[in-house]
Amino acid sequence: MEAAVDIVLLSLLCVTVIVIVYIRKLFCAIMLLGIFSLISASLFITMDAVDVAFTEAAVGTGISSILLLSALSLTHTRERRPAHQPYVALMVVAVTGAVLVYGTMDLPAFGDPDSAIHRHMAVRFIVDSPQEVGPPNVVTSVLASYRGYDTLGETTVIFTAGIALVALLGFNRRKEFKVRLSGAQITSVPEVPLSSAPKVPNADYLVLRIVGKMFIPLIMLFALYVQFHGDYGPGGGFQAGVIFASAIMLYAMIFNVETAMRVVTPTALRLLAVLGLLLYGGVGVLCMLLGGNFLDYNVLAHAPLHGQHLGIFLIELGVGITVFAIMVTMFYALGNRSGRSV
Amino acid sequence: MNWVGHYNYWVAIFLMMSGFYVVITRGNLIKKLIGLNVFSTSVFLLYISMGKINGGTAPIYSEHTLPGQLFSNPVPHVLILTAIVVGVATTAVGLALTVRINERYGTIEEDEIRAKDDSL
Repeated sequence: MEAAVDIVLLSLLCVTVIVIVYIRKLFCAIMLLGIFSLISASLFITMDAVDVAFTEAAVGTGISSILLLSALSLTHTRERRPAHQPYVALMVVAVTGAVLVYGTMDLPAFGDPDSAIHRHMAVRFIVDSPQEVGPPNVVTSVLASYRGYDTLGETTVIFTAGIALVALLGFNRRKEFKVRLSGAQITSVPEVPLSSAPKVPNADYLVLRIVGKMFIPLIMLFALYVQFHGDYGPGGGFQAGVIFASAIMLYAMIFNVETAMRVVTPTALRLLAVLGLLLYGGVGVLCMLLGGNFLDYNVLAHAPLHGQHLGIFLIELGVGITVFAIMVTMFYALGNRSGRSV
Repeated sequence: MNWVGHYNYWVAIFLMMSGFYVVITRGNLIKKLIGLNVFSTSVFLLYISMGKINGGTAPIYSEHTLPGQLFSNPVPHVLILTAIVVGVATTAVGLALTVRINERYGTIEEDEIRAKDDSL
């Protein structure tokens, strides 16, 4: 049964990807990429990787499609026909693929419990982590505690990408927006006509507006659940940050990017992104000051398990805040470029 | 029997190569990024396939966990989980570059950009 589901989903993936290769309308290609991500998320569930499936569904299907569409609205929606025949490229791809397939001949069969990667590190993580670290979700233990350095590095990469995006697109450069923001903050004059004059965006889509508005608090609540329940079930800082960001993006898409920017200002987002990363790094430094190693949470409380619990809680919070802030910053940077709602 | 055991890997390789093909043949920068995304998602698929154990379950302890329960390998899950979020961050940087190129050159087709560069 499981194998049948596996084969059907894999075939769907193949069909989707073939259409992605051939289709020239970029909008369709982006939507198909979203479907591709959703199908792979289902596949990850059949392969017991629930945390990964969660992340892929939130990031690949949600955020990634939205970012691609925002960029598409700033560029051209149709791809030109390539000028030359792709025989050489086909050959390169075929040869590379053949080499890779040849390489898989040495791999253990799919699902084989005796293969090498299941016999060393993984066994220790699964057997010892409930006593050593605590959380019932082994993925959280490995992510936040055993591989805490690695996760810090990845959070930094995301932070750097956010900085790069702001440096490239710099959404504060638009002068009228600056005026609008400062006017709203300093004088609190009853809504300057500048911002209230444009008609309400999406006024015709009443159902979309009302249903969307109803969903926003629920999405936020779910994000908080994912954040604080990540020790016990699938979830954690990465997923929670992305889901929380998607609530703000939904708001921005229903109303306007400018309206959303007044609710969650870019400056606040920048501060939050730094705060999250500092929280993560700060926990590490605090551990050192208390006499342990960097990111060794055992010293944070009297009992090592309590220390681990506190440490994981704090760094997951830091990851969540940074990921949220960076994702929304990216969306603002791309969405505000055009000066119209996405 | 051998080919069934490797079916997952081969499909992942096929998807990977399709993404690769899009990246090298298509001149449109957004299409290239879509191809890159397909490529990375199939790499994730390959990793997660290796972490799967027949008869195993998601690596989360609960009150229903029986002694001796098999769990799938959590290490690839952790690697891929962070890789997904980093992937979207890099995609966003790529999109920002594409948008800037479009503002400068008025096109996102590679050969037109090159033609404009040569004519200068």
